[in-house]
Amino acid sequence: MRVIIVGAGEVGSTIAESLSGTHDVVVVDIDADRVETLTYELDVLAIQGDGGDINTLREAGIEDADMFIASTDDDETNIVACGTAAVGGNPFSIARVKRPQYLHTWEADNRAFGVDFMVCTDLLAAENIVGVIGLPTARDVDSFAEGAVQLAELEIPEGSPVAGQTVREADRFDSLTFVGIIRDGEVVVPDGDTVIEGGDEVVVVGNPESARAFSSAIAPQENRPSDIVIVGGGEIGYQTARLLEERGFSPRLIEHDGDRARWLAEKLPDTTVLESDATDQSFLERENVGSADAVIAALENDQQNLLATLLAKRLGARRAVAVVDTIAFAELFEAVGVDVGVSPREATAEEITRFTRGRHAENVSIVDGDRAEVLEVEIDAESVFAGRTIREAAADLPEGVVVGAITRNGEFIVPRGDTVVEMSDHVVVFVETAVLDQVTERI
Amino acid sequence: MSLLGVTNGAGGVRVDWRTSLSLIGTVLKYLAVPLLLPLIVGLIYGGDVLVFLCTGILTLVVGTALERLDPDPDLGAREGFLLVAGAWLGVALISAVPYLLAAHGLPGLLAASSPASTLANPVNALFESMSGFTTTGATLLGEISLDRHSHAILIWRQLTQWLGGMGIIVLAIAILPELSVGGAQLMDAEAPGVGLEKLTPRIAETARVLWIAYFGFTALEIALLYGLHLVGMAPNMGAYNAVAHGLTTLPTGGFSPEADSIAAFSAAVQWVVIPFMVVAGTNFALFYAVSRGKVRKLAGDAEFRAYAGIMGVLAAVLSGVLFVGGAPPLGDLGGVVQGDIENTLRQSVFQVVSIVTTTGYATSDFAEWSEAGKFLLLFAMFIGGSGGSTGGAVKIVRWVVIVKAIRRELFTTTHPEAVRPIRLAGEVVDEDAVRGVLGFTLFYFLLFGVGTVLISLDVSRVGYDINTLEAMSAIAATLGNVGPGFGSLGPFGSYLDFPNSSKLLMVFLMWIGRLEILPVLVLLTSGYWRS
Repeated sequence: MRVIIVGAGEVGSTIAESLSGTHDVVVVDIDADRVETLTYELDVLAIQGDGGDINTLREAGIEDADMFIASTDDDETNIVACGTAAVGGNPFSIARVKRPQYLHTWEADNRAFGVDFMVCTDLLAAENIVGVIGLPTARDVDSFAEGAVQLAELEIPEGSPVAGQTVREADRFDSLTFVGIIRDGEVVVPDGDTVIEGGDEVVVVGNPESARAFSSAIAPQENRPSDIVIVGGGEIGYQTARLLEERGFSPRLIEHDGDRARWLAEKLPDTTVLESDATDQSFLERENVGSADAVIAALENDQQNLLATLLAKRLGARRAVAVVDTIAFAELFEAVGVDVGVSPREATAEEITRFTRGRHAENVSIVDGDRAEVLEVEIDAESVFAGRTIREAAADLPEGVVVGAITRNGEFIVPRGDTVVEMSDHVVVFVETAVLDQVTERI
Repeated sequence: MSLLGVTNGAGGVRVDWRTSLSLIGTVLKYLAVPLLLPLIVGLIYGGDVLVFLCTGILTLVVGTALERLDPDPDLGAREGFLLVAGAWLGVALISAVPYLLAAHGLPGLLAASSPASTLANPVNALFESMSGFTTTGATLLGEISLDRHSHAILIWRQLTQWLGGMGIIVLAIAILPELSVGGAQLMDAEAPGVGLEKLTPRIAETARVLWIAYFGFTALEIALLYGLHLVGMAPNMGAYNAVAHGLTTLPTGGFSPEADSIAAFSAAVQWVVIPFMVVAGTNFALFYAVSRGKVRKLAGDAEFRAYAGIMGVLAAVLSGVLFVGGAPPLGDLGGVVQGDIENTLRQSVFQVVSIVTTTGYATSDFAEWSEAGKFLLLFAMFIGGSGGSTGGAVKIVRWVVIVKAIRRELFTTTHPEAVRPIRLAGEVVDEDAVRGVLGFTLFYFLLFGVGTVLISLDVSRVGYDINTLEAMSAIAATLGNVGPGFGSLGPFGSYLDFPNSSKLLMVFLMWIGRLEILPVLVLLTSGYWRS
């Protein structure tokens, strides 16, 4: 498949990197230096030019392109680029936008702007944050099969009751499968006798209830959070508060701008909006931010978010979640004491990558950087799974593949060795990156 | 850093040389495949089958051993330079082995097939091998003849040029998936010209496109040459010679199994070879554009126009010189016939194209021409083929940029406020690239000057007498991968009389000339090896 990506910022480069192994990728960027860098770093064709210019897109081969991804930092540029792409050819076009109102317009009419699929960065980030907040110790959460299956990447704290148990002992939940363990940066495919250690990250797939149950088993002292503080009332902060309200929480939201605070208070009936500077320590103490179950920092930039979360942790907040703009900083944040760094750009890149994975893969989640991926695949006659038990199919697949869940007509089925996979089942599989190409071909 | 100022061995080196050596091993392992051609030729014509069998086994063993050094190579930018430079040295060393085996034999296993060969000297064998892979075409064979050397050995000599022409690394990128990520940088280090032109999203696909075009033109030339033989217009261009010359035209190589190079063949053959040399010196990316229907790209390309123009002007001037008697008559072989329009035109066009594209074929012994004719050709040795072609020397694209930079200097002298970017066919050339071009060319001439001095000193040490023009031609011809020079180094002569030290210097010059100097010289800086 020929894929054209406009904008080689963090989002564009991340997508280009994950697609370059399996597709012909052409990247267009306005900045000559970035084009130069990309030419040598990735196996892609990089072209310097304006993504909204039909001549540039023709040079990039828009006539033969199957997919067009506009992923610059500017909403209008992306929408115009998709429109231009529709003039030059007939690719499936994906636009990255920041402002939810564009998404709403597009949702109202799927032909709006000539965009075939729209990804709203800020909304995605908010959904991600809310998912992580809902599961204590979760680093990342993703949904599959229209919500019937949930993937969670959970950190096992030192001293957790699960630490030291084997997978067989820990897996007391029927509808839950341990698909991978990440230990010291390496992916371990677990079997029943693998011992879970403190500091591991386990990747589980199952129905949402069992994922939540397992998450509380890891850290029994951590109950469902009740006191949530959001710092920063920008778009992400607002969307997070809105989604939390929808799930029955009553968060507190700190916003320094008076007019914005007023507007937020009007829009968010169940949220307590506080107008103050989030780095004002006496204010934070007065408002008892230290006793919060979770503090979410969604301020203008990375520095402020880091400061706000570290301050909250110091005051005693139990969990701190920071929005991280620069993808590479997420790990750094987590190293200095922030519990979870949520990167809107990374989330966007993942979301867009989903649409380009093979013919059948409907949903993709990238685990811990790019060490492994979780795919949701609809089974057809050519698949190695079709009409066979999982044990039979697994014999034909390389090491590093685990079947996490199966849904049949929207019903969750627990995969066991003798489960027979039928046509049009949705199978959620965990695949190590090293064998990804091999595996996607066979399933 | 240690307080005593001593860096420990392992920590001091920042280059993962194991990765590079392991990938060089992979390249050497695959070298066994082309070694099958001389083996088959040996089976057909008889002779030296065992030589190539032994070499094939040797390269498999050495390649596999090196490959084991790092089972999981992780190629970075620095490892890339070492890989490219090392791979070229490695293949040159391995492919010198058949020459040595044929000259010495192996005790108890095979008898020497050409015991009196000049390639019995290891330095000579390495020179011949490096001259082959770098498509230089300078030879040390004392007597080029099928009576003295087997068909297999002489076809191997041709094949080394064909492999080196489009580049062994480009070929490796086309075949080996593990080179796809660092591939762009590797290709940049190996392919001639300014910067890298990716034709397709995948570098492996680009490499394949280039090799397919290269293979196609080679096959076409072999067919045409053999066709001439079949219709009786080239009596001595049998199947063996057709293949042998097809293998060295497209890489701008210049080796020939005939002692008299192309002068041994009819005028028809000479006219057929000319367009293929022109093709070889053209940027192969242009053929890709033409094959995709963009014919105007060829005519509108600034470099291609300059390339055609320079050859046209030089050939016209040289025709004039030869027409009025610029060359002494040399009997009937490769003679220039004063006053004969077809003959002087053919001789001048052939020689100009051969030298500008750095092929090094000859239809006339230009070493015997008048001073005017010789200086014209010495000047032509610095021009070179186009960027992205198989030609050597400085390259047309650099000269175009230099001429434009000089014009800009002249203009800004009178209009100091003028802002004038340099354009190539409408596209602005980055100022860094302009600086790179000027730097490279300056470096090239510096090496030329230093090389000439060194070689003059070295030959006078052993009492071998060559004049300044000959010394200059020796360096220009090896550094620019042209091949023949003047005097006894002429197209029908050889480099045999140089002392070993001079030959090794020329081996080095051919090596760095083919890789355009910097990828090799960077390895000699301490900054490369340390942080």
